[in-house]
Amino acid sequence: MRSDRSSRRRLALAAIWLRKSPFQTSEQPLNSLASSIARRAMFSGRLNLIDRPLSKGKSEVSLSAFSFLFSEMVQYSQTQVSNIGELERRLEDAGYSIGLRLLEMLCFRERNSKREIKLLDALKFVHSTVWKYLFGRQARDLEQSNAADDEYMISDSDLFVNKFISVPKDMGQLNCAAFVAGIVRGVLDSAGFPARVTAHFVPVPGQPRPKTTILMKFDASVLQRDSALPSG
Amino acid sequence: METINSEIFTLMYGSIVRQLITDLEDITEVNKQLDTMGYNIGVRLIDEFLAKSRTAACTDFRDSTEKVAKVGFRMFLNTTANVTNWNPEGTECSLVLEDNPLTDFVELPEGCSKLKYCNVLCGVIRGALEMVNVQVECDFAKDTLRGDELNEIRLKLISEGTEAYPFKDDD
Repeated sequence: MRSDRSSRRRLALAAIWLRKSPFQTSEQPLNSLASSIARRAMFSGRLNLIDRPLSKGKSEVSLSAFSFLFSEMVQYSQTQVSNIGELERRLEDAGYSIGLRLLEMLCFRERNSKREIKLLDALKFVHSTVWKYLFGRQARDLEQSNAADDEYMISDSDLFVNKFISVPKDMGQLNCAAFVAGIVRGVLDSAGFPARVTAHFVPVPGQPRPKTTILMKFDASVLQRDSALPSG
Repeated sequence: METINSEIFTLMYGSIVRQLITDLEDITEVNKQLDTMGYNIGVRLIDEFLAKSRTAACTDFRDSTEKVAKVGFRMFLNTTANVTNWNPEGTECSLVLEDNPLTDFVELPEGCSKLKYCNVLCGVIRGALEMVNVQVECDFAKDTLRGDELNEIRLKLISEGTEAYPFKDDD
């Protein structure tokens, strides 16, 4: 019985790959996937990575381990670039590759059989599910910019990514939450909403530290498609 | 101790390794760079380890490796390692890790079989121990990503310095 359930899960996972992900293609048709999984497991002692069940995602690691590794990544990126913009771009690219993979895993874990096709739903997904996965809580605000209707902003304060980072004066407005912006860009891109995502510091009156705002500027194609969809 | 979801840590490490491979293209260079990054982390990690764990001074190399395996790994990676395979003089041992949060979703492709994916761990151990005057050489003997059953790090003690007081009293 247990192998039934896990093989059904594997088929479901394979189905998600074939339908949702534009980045991975499988040459095998769905009905022979289960038999090939069984064959692979028979010939190698340890199950292939893809055939192992997906973990529940509840294990934890200390914040200091993450901060050390993140600081090494920033330091290494500094040696490869010559200005602040490129440094932010590299951090964003690191986050982008994470975001692409994150969407698949989160959707699978959510057991959602429907994809979000409306822009607002996708934004709500980022605002609640992705943020809860990354930071343990929902983001503070999700707002639409007054100036342009293709810009949306998610704000939060005290992201743990920036907790142990102090930016020197000659680095200007560098925000290492560009990493988080990259993750958001990866998630949105993988879901079919290409956008330019950046992270900014926005001072809040009455609070000593500025809050971090992730600004998302969507492509014109996204807005056109969204307005063409029936609403409701 | 503040903790975060370990998967974001795993994914970020994967992203770092990917960037290194794209930039450097030579696998031995990538291994060296991972070791250097680990070394830089280790020299600062030892301060936090000593501050948070409040352990007494270690008596000998055996004690140090036990502390690294049990306290150190649990504090930072939330997993324990076992110390086994001591050689007769007591200068070499193996740290055996069963589950490694760095390699949770990882599979090495065909062209990267020489990549020591978790080399950063070796660098961290080397850097941390060097700051307490214990010089070791650290290498991966068995790696789950290359098909072995568990991860095994081989530690070789090179020398143990004595603690020297950095200031001169009569100056």
